Amino acid sequence: MSRERSFQILRTGVSMVIATLVAFAIILLVSETPMESIKTFIVGPFTSGRYLGNIVEVTIPLIFSGLAMAVLFQTSLFNLGAEGIFFLSGAVGSLIAIWAPLPAFIHPFAAIIVGAITGIAVMFIPGVLKAKFGASELVTSLMLNNILLGVGCYILNNVMRDANVSSLVSLKFAETALLSKLIPGTKVHTGLLIVIGAVVAVYIFLYKSKWGYELRMTGINIEFAKYSGINIVKVIILAHVIAGILAGTGGVVENLGMHKRFEWTALPGYGFDGAMIATLAGNNPIGVVGAALFVAYLRIGADLVNRFSDIPTEMISILQCVIILLISAERFLHKYKQKWVEKEAK
Amino acid sequence: MGALFDMIFTTDFFYSILRVTTPILFASMGAVVANLSGTPNIALEGIMLIAAFVGMYVSYLSASAWVGLIAAVGAGMLAAGILAFFTLYYRTNVILGGIAINSLASGGTVFFLYLVAQDKGTSISLTSKVLPQINIPLIQDIPVLGKIISGHNLLTYLSVLSVFFVYYMIKRTPLGLRMRAVGEKQEAAESVGINVIKTKAMAVIISGALAGFGGAFMSMGYVSWFSRDMVSGRGWIAIAAEAMGRTTALGTAVTSLLFGTADAFANTVSVLGWPADLVTTIPYCATLIGLFIFSFREFKNVNNKKLAGFWLISETLPVIVYIAHKSSKISSYGN
Amino acid sequence: MHNYILRMENITKIYNNGIVANKNVNFSLKEGEIHALVGENGAGKTTLMQILFGMEKPSSGQIFLNEKEIQLSTSKEAIRHGIGMVHQHFMLVESFTVAQNIILGMEPKLGLAINESQAAAYTKELGEKYNFEIDPNAVTGILPVGIKQKVEILKALARGAKILILDEPTAVLAPQETEQLFKELIHLKEQGHTIIFISHKIREVKRISDRVTVMRGGICEGTWETADKTEQEISRKIVGFELNTDLEKKETDLKEARIRVSHIDYHDKESVSILKNVSFSVHGGMILGVAGIQGNGQAELIELMTKGRKLQSGNIEINGRDIQKLSMKQLRDTGFGYIPEDRIRQGIAKDGTITENIISNEYNKKNFCGRGMLRRKKCNRFADEQIKSYEIKCSGKSHKTGMLSGGNMQKVVVARECNASPKVLIAEQPTRGVDLGAAHIIHKQLLKMRDEGCAILLVSADLNEIMKLSDAIIVIYEGEIVAYYPDISSVSEEQLGLYMLGIERHDDEMIKGVI
Repeated sequence: MSRERSFQILRTGVSMVIATLVAFAIILLVSETPMESIKTFIVGPFTSGRYLGNIVEVTIPLIFSGLAMAVLFQTSLFNLGAEGIFFLSGAVGSLIAIWAPLPAFIHPFAAIIVGAITGIAVMFIPGVLKAKFGASELVTSLMLNNILLGVGCYILNNVMRDANVSSLVSLKFAETALLSKLIPGTKVHTGLLIVIGAVVAVYIFLYKSKWGYELRMTGINIEFAKYSGINIVKVIILAHVIAGILAGTGGVVENLGMHKRFEWTALPGYGFDGAMIATLAGNNPIGVVGAALFVAYLRIGADLVNRFSDIPTEMISILQCVIILLISAERFLHKYKQKWVEKEAK
Repeated sequence: MGALFDMIFTTDFFYSILRVTTPILFASMGAVVANLSGTPNIALEGIMLIAAFVGMYVSYLSASAWVGLIAAVGAGMLAAGILAFFTLYYRTNVILGGIAINSLASGGTVFFLYLVAQDKGTSISLTSKVLPQINIPLIQDIPVLGKIISGHNLLTYLSVLSVFFVYYMIKRTPLGLRMRAVGEKQEAAESVGINVIKTKAMAVIISGALAGFGGAFMSMGYVSWFSRDMVSGRGWIAIAAEAMGRTTALGTAVTSLLFGTADAFANTVSVLGWPADLVTTIPYCATLIGLFIFSFREFKNVNNKKLAGFWLISETLPVIVYIAHKSSKISSYGN
Repeated sequence: MHNYILRMENITKIYNNGIVANKNVNFSLKEGEIHALVGENGAGKTTLMQILFGMEKPSSGQIFLNEKEIQLSTSKEAIRHGIGMVHQHFMLVESFTVAQNIILGMEPKLGLAINESQAAAYTKELGEKYNFEIDPNAVTGILPVGIKQKVEILKALARGAKILILDEPTAVLAPQETEQLFKELIHLKEQGHTIIFISHKIREVKRISDRVTVMRGGICEGTWETADKTEQEISRKIVGFELNTDLEKKETDLKEARIRVSHIDYHDKESVSILKNVSFSVHGGMILGVAGIQGNGQAELIELMTKGRKLQSGNIEINGRDIQKLSMKQLRDTGFGYIPEDRIRQGIAKDGTITENIISNEYNKKNFCGRGMLRRKKCNRFADEQIKSYEIKCSGKSHKTGMLSGGNMQKVVVARECNASPKVLIAEQPTRGVDLGAAHIIHKQLLKMRDEGCAILLVSADLNEIMKLSDAIIVIYEGEIVAYYPDISSVSEEQLGLYMLGIERHDDEMIKGVI
């Protein structure tokens, strides 16, 4: 294994340890019963099958988001629109789930396809703006997030609201639309199979296909790709389209697998999680699975701690920040690497 | 339509433009300084949010708006300092660093909000302070203009001053020259012994201070409390404004005003009964369209003069229409 | 017993990626001498001077100034100790005025602002003191290369440099300008300055230096009085063995014109003219060399020919096709190869493996790709073959290309471009920053392509290279072709220099010959 790789792994490991220590510090400062809370945070998620199932359930949308971001990051595109697409695709897919009269096997897939198409359509905007005109995909995607939130809320409020329920939720999904449960005793659903398929597909695409090659070379050095004859416009739009499909599918899968109605009234947060996961995973689709599991584990831990000791689950954001900062810091532990290199050369 | 026009062409509306542009203007000036030195500050949104929270909380603790303001600016500088440290010294990717700080801000502020106010939504339960409004003595008596210009919060006037501050700093001071050198050709600065990292860090921290003022305005000038995600994307709009203003102080001030206008428009129009959910998207649509036009023109390589002309027209046209509307009203009432 | 004004003792520098740039180097400098530091590209001379100028930190070793040990951890400290450096690639801010570039970092103040008039006055005085004619208010970006270099030197002198390091200063100058530079250096020496002169041109070293230090492979081979060594002896010390760089040029049949450039006019955004009525053609089986000082339009011409810029007027045909109607991919498919000047920015993907880099122009073809999937085994085998035949020093085909040395990186680029057997090849500064051994391999390959009937356009600032490889030469000055030699045996470097500086010019009848 090359020196670079081993150092990257070392940095990742140290970063995760530091993040965990930060979590401890927060718990210590805030909780009345710090030791109890820390134990709950670390070990809690493993103490019952139901909690383990929770981890898997939370992992599913995280993987979708992580894959979308990994594809974008590999192309050196910093588009954070997955956030808004999760939301809007979920809403649009819900329309299909509520009203389309389709048989049980086809219904969820119809909703998913519609969600994916929504994702593609939305991603086209920052994609084309960037590919043809060089507009910052970061800003356009963030503006879109807010716009999609508004549009999705509008749909929820005016088109599919269930007037009989006091809280702001949609009408119930048709039974035929729901994704069936996989593992008894948990809420893990067939979305798991879909997401695993997505992981394999993205891996093959990125590393085995020629389009994936074009995408990765464009991400490494766009000038180089241009002079090699790669069609940059096509690549940028393709990356956006794929990310749109993944995020759109993720939004619908999450709704039809874990909910009976569309209940989101704010952006669910998966988009930014996806950025962190992709970074943790080095933008590798297989790594995304592990990173998503880790983040899901942290979330469940924070959830449990919140239930038993009143610490807000937003503590996760603080950890997220630490992780992203440390892992992508190339010079972190630089001095140790330098010493090692010098010792070797002598 | 008539009702819409009646609401737009009032001194209240133009007053609200200036008020609403304030945070965007502060943040966009920060974006100019940072971008000029070669380290774009993507965390302006998060820094504003952190500053808004800290300002609210410290003004509550100290029962003084001024102390709160100082704390808010200080918090902005600290958050920017963390960003600078990681991106400049540890070489974290600038955009990922920004995402990290923004993440910290949106979750962290809710976390601490809950801890201090037992509420994850707003801090209304806390008696935080507000910065004063200023009625300028002679100006406030000028017809029409007086009502638009006088009576704003202190920070609104400061935001206008910040434009001149940034302009002067960049064009005339040694620090500005060094920032420009570091941003345009880092090696040139290194070759004369300038500490590049220190200069860039200073630029980022100054941008954090400016964003701090913008955040303070949100929770201590616009309203008197903090609520989750209250910055609502203004930091990102500021970044777009800076891109369109081509990293110059004056150009960016103009574009910020444009987006402030869209924001004020959305606020005004929501009273008319347009669907609330869609109305809130107006400022963001405006930014998106603005970026599209800007990039499209860059792509077509339009002459600078044409771009300046475009902005000039888009700013003066509403004023002309307003005056025409008002004068037609006067004549029709025979008054 | 002479006074050593500077001594560098046991300097070792190991870079973060494992490359040992300097190993136990001892370097000494006598007061008031002109000391040449020679070695081929990659020998470690620039690294040693970067350490002296505080831009790099040595892994171990000490530096003594006037026998007192000093720490040079930043260039600020080096400047404080009276050490100044003029880099090979200028370190000037293009949008600043000359005065701004000179006072940067030591700005005269008037209250809070910069005292602009004092800065201008100071710059003018400084120019007069050293006999350099410069205009303080000129915008640096549009100045010619020779003047920019003067500004760089003044920058160092303005900060009180007693020891002046010049890194390959003649690389960008025409022969006549080089003479002028040498006059200025001798003048500075008479005024009490000490000069370190980095070069790989042995002739110049013999001409101007008092002592010479040779570096090879990161090690100091030795220091001698220049008068005591012949050019051949120095050359042998640099390379370490007798390198026969003789190349055999065979007679070839000229094929049809494969590159046709007609009436190119090009101006930039401010309507400044960059290229004026440029027309020429290159036939299969010949190498047309383009000589000229950097900045006279060559870079823009090549950008126009490689679709990096859009044509404004005129026509470019490659392999019989109008390139405006082709995408980059289509252009390459006609049989077009390009070795770019900036290999890091355009030639390679730093974080990509050698394999990924070496298939970048052909990954689409049946050889490397089938039904949308890359044929791993074939790609790997191809990479292995090229590594062997070009002697690319690496740890294998999965080595990240950005971690290779300049010469080996360039070999990857050349291997890739040549292996596709293009009918047209544009080579831009193909051996810049490349060690002699690699340069020789690349030159041999270029001649081989020419012998096999390829049409090659060679742009190079290295007159030596142009003379060695070209069949015919054109000289560009201020965007125009000012000379054409269909037969290079009839011209010398000095003559070419006259055209490169615009002092002389062929008449239009002679130039028409190249169309």
